[in-house]
Amino acid sequence: MSERTKTLRKERLQGFLERLLEEREVFAPRRKGDAVVLERIDSAGDVLLDDENTQASPKFALFPQRETLFEYRAGTKGEVVLEVPRGEAKNQVLFGVRPCDARGLLLLDRVFSADCSDPYYGDKRARTVIIGMGCVHPNPACFCRSVGGGPCSAEGSDLFFLDLGDRFLVEAASDKGSALLEDQDLEEADETSLALSRGIREAAEASMGRLDVRENLGERLNRIFEDPAWKDLAETCLGCGICTYLCPTCHCFDLCDEGTGQGGQRIRVWDSCQFPLFTRQASGFNPRPTVKERFRQRIMHKFSYLPETHGMPGCVGCGRCITECPVNLDIREVITTLSEGNPR
Amino acid sequence: MENPYVPFPMRIEAVTVETEDENIKTFELAFMSKEEGERFVYTPGQFAEISVFGKGEAPFGMASTPTRPGRLEFSVSRIGVVTGALHQMERGDVVGVRGPLGNGYPLESFKGKNLVLIGGGFGFSTLRSLTNFMLDDSNRKDYGDLTVIYGARSPGLLLYKKDLEGWREREDLRLHLTVDKGGNGWQGHVGFVPEVTRAMAPNPEKAYAVVCGPPAMIHFTLPVLKELGFGDDRILLSLEMRMKCGIGKCGRCNVGSKYICSDGPVFSQHELSRLTGEARG
Repeated sequence: MSERTKTLRKERLQGFLERLLEEREVFAPRRKGDAVVLERIDSAGDVLLDDENTQASPKFALFPQRETLFEYRAGTKGEVVLEVPRGEAKNQVLFGVRPCDARGLLLLDRVFSADCSDPYYGDKRARTVIIGMGCVHPNPACFCRSVGGGPCSAEGSDLFFLDLGDRFLVEAASDKGSALLEDQDLEEADETSLALSRGIREAAEASMGRLDVRENLGERLNRIFEDPAWKDLAETCLGCGICTYLCPTCHCFDLCDEGTGQGGQRIRVWDSCQFPLFTRQASGFNPRPTVKERFRQRIMHKFSYLPETHGMPGCVGCGRCITECPVNLDIREVITTLSEGNPR
Repeated sequence: MENPYVPFPMRIEAVTVETEDENIKTFELAFMSKEEGERFVYTPGQFAEISVFGKGEAPFGMASTPTRPGRLEFSVSRIGVVTGALHQMERGDVVGVRGPLGNGYPLESFKGKNLVLIGGGFGFSTLRSLTNFMLDDSNRKDYGDLTVIYGARSPGLLLYKKDLEGWREREDLRLHLTVDKGGNGWQGHVGFVPEVTRAMAPNPEKAYAVVCGPPAMIHFTLPVLKELGFGDDRILLSLEMRMKCGIGKCGRCNVGSKYICSDGPVFSQHELSRLTGEARG
């Protein structure tokens, strides 16, 4: 390993975060009631360090649930004046992002930069540093290894932390991460720490197992688009859309105006392919009229279309849609069932 | 960097009521600055998002032809919130425009070929754009025979009556108008677009068929074109799906691995047949 791999004793984490707080907004996981939330911290105390992931994914920090795209107002001569809000472009650090969520941001990067670049996402992304945190004890609903990730993978992180007990192994995984490391006074990782980290990684991976999912799942899904299995799988779905709101990769949005013709703002808000209005046309015609078509769209988009268009699935195995689904729909069962020779 | 979400203003220059039920109006919009007009370089078949501030945005195909620069025309069917608000607007009012968006018709592939344009109802607007583009003096020589088959439910629901009259006079265009129900001295065909297409039997040799209209019309016209000998790669369709961003981000118009807004709205039947379920209709 190189100078890009350091260690940080746990009692020094506070100092590390305080140093970050001097120049940046820092978001870190904290317990709030029953949930763990990633929220902006003012001081380095009570940051949560156990293996429970945040209830919501960190996508909100780059793609807020509600965002003003521009303000408009009627001018004096019948013209319309438009103004794009110039927010305080502060640098931000997302601390303690799990490997699944860091990978989710990689997909959002591809979506929002493809073809026509999205300036709202791009501006925030450029001033964001991701500090990942390996999962030493993955949760029961986690399945990152089955969708191309890993519990201790640094992919998508700028700096990557791994809990070694009394200290963290800290790896720079990007140039941004290296720059951040140079700004901190950390110890070189010794051979003992490195050996320990290898053992922890292997144990974390071994604890997860892999789902029995076809390699060419996307092609398979294209072939069985009309299969009756979809109806059975979607039978209990309420169409509430919570899976899409919590998903680190779901990025569908709506654009709407708030205000009157005289003045107001155009906002972007999260939307969901699980809602009937999502595709219903003004004529009343809806190409996805029932829960079955909408449920199928979600799965197809994640496991067939996104791999084809953006080179990775729209699922990172975080398990949020599993733990929070009100009717216990399990996306792992869905993709394993659809992987079987004759799904029914 | 250009912000793709921010529209530029255009002033309504003229409003034409197209249909006897007054549900479709065509809005002629003027650019408010020369630069904006020069920047808006488009191809027939492309579309734009029109904003009525306070109500929102909706997508419309350009009904005008780029060969007449300085103005854009959009035909708007009064059906939802934005279109309802647009119908209330008058000459002098300002709307927002984002575009041009989408791919448009493959004009380069059309060169030297015969064209059969088949449209129904409201879907005719981009075919009007394409027809006027090809009929332009500087372009006509680039294309072979031109056949337009256009149907509406009744004579009073046909759009662009002035254009239709002009086209009828021309010798370099075959125009077949049809209505579901004739009457009142109607002299064109009576019958659905697919039947008229079969009866007129356009020659598939060196030809492209461009189809734009309601789903049922498309559904029954495709087999007729196949029968006549048009290959899937020679049949082009302009698809419709609910859209918001128009730049392939918001996820709404996703069909198979494509976005109608950024990969389309024009696809060949060959491309569509390779896509999953929903695109096959």
